[in-house]
Amino acid sequence: MFAFVIRRLGIAAVLLFVISLVSFFMFTLAPGSPYPWGELNPKISPQVKEAFRKKFHLDRPVWEQYALNMRDLFTGRLKSIKDERPVLERIGERLPATVILNIYAISLSMIFGLLWGVWAARRAGTPADTVSSVAALGLIALPGFWVAYLVLIGLVKYAGVPVLGTQSYGVEFPNLLSAMLDRVWHIVLPGTILALGGIAVESRYIRATVLEALKENYIRTARAKGLPEEDVFYKHALRNAIRPLITGIGSLLPALVGGSLIIETIFAYPGMGRLGYEAVLERDYPTLLAINFIVAALILLGNLLADVLYAVVDPRVRLE
Amino acid sequence: MKSAPAQSQPPSPPPPAPAEETPLHRLRRDPVAVGASCVIAIFFLVAATTALCALLGIHFPYDPNATDLAAKLQPPTWAHPLGTDNLGRDVLSRMLNGSYISLTVGFVAMAVSLAIGIGVGAVSGYFGGWVDNVLMRVVDALLCFPSFFLILTAVALLGPDIRIIILVIGLVGWTGTARLVRAEFLTLRETEYVRAARALGQRAWRVIFRHILPNAFAPIFVTAVVGIPDAILVEAGLSFIGLGVQPPQATWGNIITDGRTYLLDAWWLIVFPGLAIFIAALAFYLLGDAIRKASDTRR
Repeated sequence: MFAFVIRRLGIAAVLLFVISLVSFFMFTLAPGSPYPWGELNPKISPQVKEAFRKKFHLDRPVWEQYALNMRDLFTGRLKSIKDERPVLERIGERLPATVILNIYAISLSMIFGLLWGVWAARRAGTPADTVSSVAALGLIALPGFWVAYLVLIGLVKYAGVPVLGTQSYGVEFPNLLSAMLDRVWHIVLPGTILALGGIAVESRYIRATVLEALKENYIRTARAKGLPEEDVFYKHALRNAIRPLITGIGSLLPALVGGSLIIETIFAYPGMGRLGYEAVLERDYPTLLAINFIVAALILLGNLLADVLYAVVDPRVRLE
Repeated sequence: MKSAPAQSQPPSPPPPAPAEETPLHRLRRDPVAVGASCVIAIFFLVAATTALCALLGIHFPYDPNATDLAAKLQPPTWAHPLGTDNLGRDVLSRMLNGSYISLTVGFVAMAVSLAIGIGVGAVSGYFGGWVDNVLMRVVDALLCFPSFFLILTAVALLGPDIRIIILVIGLVGWTGTARLVRAEFLTLRETEYVRAARALGQRAWRVIFRHILPNAFAPIFVTAVVGIPDAILVEAGLSFIGLGVQPPQATWGNIITDGRTYLLDAWWLIVFPGLAIFIAALAFYLLGDAIRKASDTRR
């Protein structure tokens, strides 16, 4: 186990190095410039330009720029081109909101995906199963931003419920509890829309693996020794089908971060997705570099945790 | 055995299929597959017809870019079945015009990622060793980027041109196909007929393309069918944040984007284009799922 974790951390370090290279050179080699002014703007004196270039290491060769940027990233000195605040500070403001949103969405996907998948697997081959399969694919085919707009039209126009941001503004809450509930509501709505696809994907995984497990020899043995069908299903088949639920976390994470970009924009939710989107439009290279790096590190960590958890849950798995 | 609750019965296995039954036969009997195919065929016919008519200068029911400020933001009427937008353009005409773009993006982007995925997966699975190791680490690294964010960044840097959008979606989306093809190759490489072909001294590319690839056809075909709606949804998402195919060319995504300013007053600008995206994507997903079920030999 220990050796496995060390080896995986080593691979992760290599991957992170590649990712940092890709995300740095993608921006520097692309057309366009990071300057906040036009390239030929006559009002900017050469001295100002030179000072700007020096501040962001733009006067160095590209390879040196990369090295200096990475050094600054690790020492926390990397500054945003846009407002010259430390990048880590800007991300730190946004990260908790995104993490909460994603934890909520992943939990929702896992719980309802499991319940739905089991429900469908028990009815495999019946009309109910066909309907649920179509419904699951329907949820995957829904464009998230479209659902968000439909919900917005419904809630804001017909119910008059505030939905944007992380809390309702201009409302006096009588006590702390209702203020807390208000904040929870502002996570629940975007989080649920974000989780819709994940729920459907997980339910299909669970259904498929349970049905696969039901074909195994040990199921025939369990049935042959006269166990009630309930026990065969829940204690033997389902227990062996829990694996994708755990490994699924790893594959859900990148999709969620990407998907939350759109949902965060619609709901004016101050998360990483929106920060990244704004940074792309502003060509704020240092911020983008840091976001890519941190998100990739989080995803790698999530995958590693999933693998370790998998070995803990399933004693047959040996981590090598 | 009426006393036993019906739910606790194990699902009864389907009757054994006759030997000459092919996946195509099973597919034709599946109502979901037939329905999905019909929907896809209709979308194609409509898209092809409007594209052809637009080339000839015929616009139905209206010119998609003709503005009529006297009739702006009209709810659905007989004259404008799906309403008009803020410039008085007919939403139905714009959606018909945009269907061609959405389907093209879906198809070509899928083809690009399929080609790369098959190439990388085949080389990786067939040759193994360090080649496999390097290629799979590249896949791992790509999977660490949230794909939508990567696409968005590339499109923002290179400019939202339709060719660039298609290429970028294709270049980012091949990792799943590569992994699948590699897994198929790892299994098929050890089969007797592949060993026989290699023992006969056939060249690697011939073994790959003539012997292994045709036998991995079904799962690859499924990923191809499912890759189309994936790309359509990504393009819609890009359009939504303003980095998709640019106006005045209409796409399902950018009709919604243009309409969001009038979100609370003009629901028809949001509902209908979204419905088109949803129905098209669902039809492709259903067809892909039906093909996967029909080609599953372990029934």
